[in-house]
Amino acid sequence: MEYFRNFWGHRYLLAELVKKGIKLKYRRSYLGIIWSLLEPLLTTIVLTVVFGTLFGVKDQSYPLYVLCGRLLFSLFSSGTTSAMKSIRDNAGMIKKVYVPKYLYPMASILFNFVIFLISLIILIPLSLYCGVYPKASWLLIFVPLILLLMLTFGVGMILATVNVFFRDMEYLWEVFKLLIMYMSAVFYYPERLLDSPYAFLLKYNPLYCIIEMFRYVLIGGETYSIHHAEYAFGSALILIVIGCIAFYKKQDKFILNI
Amino acid sequence: MSTDKNTGKKPALIVEDIGMKFNLSSEKVDSFKEYVIKSIRHQISYDEFWALEHINFTLNKGDRLGILGLNGAGKSTLLKVIAGVFKPTTGRVIRNGKIVPLLELGAGFDQQYTGRENIYLYGTVLGYSKKYLDEKFDEILEFSELGKFIDVPLKNYSSGMKSKLGFSIATISNPEILILDEVLSVGDAKFRKKSEAKIMSMMDGGTTVLFVSHSIDQVCAICNKAMILDHGHLIEYGDIEEIAPIYNKMVGD
Repeated sequence: MEYFRNFWGHRYLLAELVKKGIKLKYRRSYLGIIWSLLEPLLTTIVLTVVFGTLFGVKDQSYPLYVLCGRLLFSLFSSGTTSAMKSIRDNAGMIKKVYVPKYLYPMASILFNFVIFLISLIILIPLSLYCGVYPKASWLLIFVPLILLLMLTFGVGMILATVNVFFRDMEYLWEVFKLLIMYMSAVFYYPERLLDSPYAFLLKYNPLYCIIEMFRYVLIGGETYSIHHAEYAFGSALILIVIGCIAFYKKQDKFILNI
Repeated sequence: MSTDKNTGKKPALIVEDIGMKFNLSSEKVDSFKEYVIKSIRHQISYDEFWALEHINFTLNKGDRLGILGLNGAGKSTLLKVIAGVFKPTTGRVIRNGKIVPLLELGAGFDQQYTGRENIYLYGTVLGYSKKYLDEKFDEILEFSELGKFIDVPLKNYSSGMKSKLGFSIATISNPEILILDEVLSVGDAKFRKKSEAKIMSMMDGGTTVLFVSHSIDQVCAICNKAMILDHGHLIEYGDIEEIAPIYNKMVGD
């Protein structure tokens, strides 16, 4: 309760930090926030052309399939990375004034999430282009989005803590992210991998479960396994708990290392 | 002015047995590789260093405390512990009321933000609401003397302009406790006079002040109490009239 009151007292600061992240992200670029729509679209075109041809995909909704994976993965990627760097980036402030330090990773994930929500708009024209029309299941889209936010927050808190003490984490995480992307079926259909002995790479990857859920809600297709949702929720929750405990235990030492 | 004048007044600040220990590793280890190699070779050794030890004092509302001492005596560390930036290794600090720290002005600004945006960002960090800042915006702008530069990104400001802006934001309200670390040497002579007058008017409003300076004249002008720190120990504490001669003797005047 005490913690909650403390958090509530700092809500303006959290909002201000989120605003700062959004404002500065596209400052001094001509297209500004339009980039958040254009960038996933452009990469989707490239991925569709390259891998669609390579895998010989005939499916009409393949571009939409790729865009979903690409959008969700990029939130996970940018959110965790900016949370990881947030403590160091705000060193000037942390050294000077007392504010609860978790606000910094939290704000950097939230501002990436807001930009991500804006970028979801691009799904609408592409859905229509791919012959997928609005339906009732679209209303459930918030479920995978909340799970994604939880997962990103949990991982982000762990990384933010670790990165204060070991700066190499920034470089390691880039490598890990690449691995996670390949294990999340961003631009390929997972069936063949799921039938192989390496199925665990996908099945135990909460990000893959969330991306699949998102696609199922948006595009439809075969029946969806509720176990994916349960697994994603469970692992996101565990990661949040680990992240928060690690952060809480180490936060007083941050100042000595930044 | 306060209703509890006759009843037992709550002290503004209680510092109880503060100690602050730092681990000085000979080299900073901050990569996995170094860490692994050094722990294998048992090369990670820390020298313990107590920047502060057994500091005790109490300030009443309206007290102005000057903190004196040579470089490295622990003055800034003490202020950072009181501000809550450092968590003390031992002891505790009890603060009654809002603290506004004026340490290294402008260090918390964002370089890409304009002056205007920084007023809102830094103001919120200090705990003011957006509504309050809206009300006070013109006042801050006027005091900072920035004029049309307020909409220019901070990276194009001179250091004097940054300090002026920082000072103007931090002093916009009357906090219960104000922490000043060598900040009265901000800007040009004209602004310095103005900022001293501003601090004086805040003190008349009953603000408790902690003030670090190497200028004993400034301390005498502002403070009613003083302490001398030496290598992390509190060696003298009392009224400014008693302490000033001791300090002058210490620095060899």
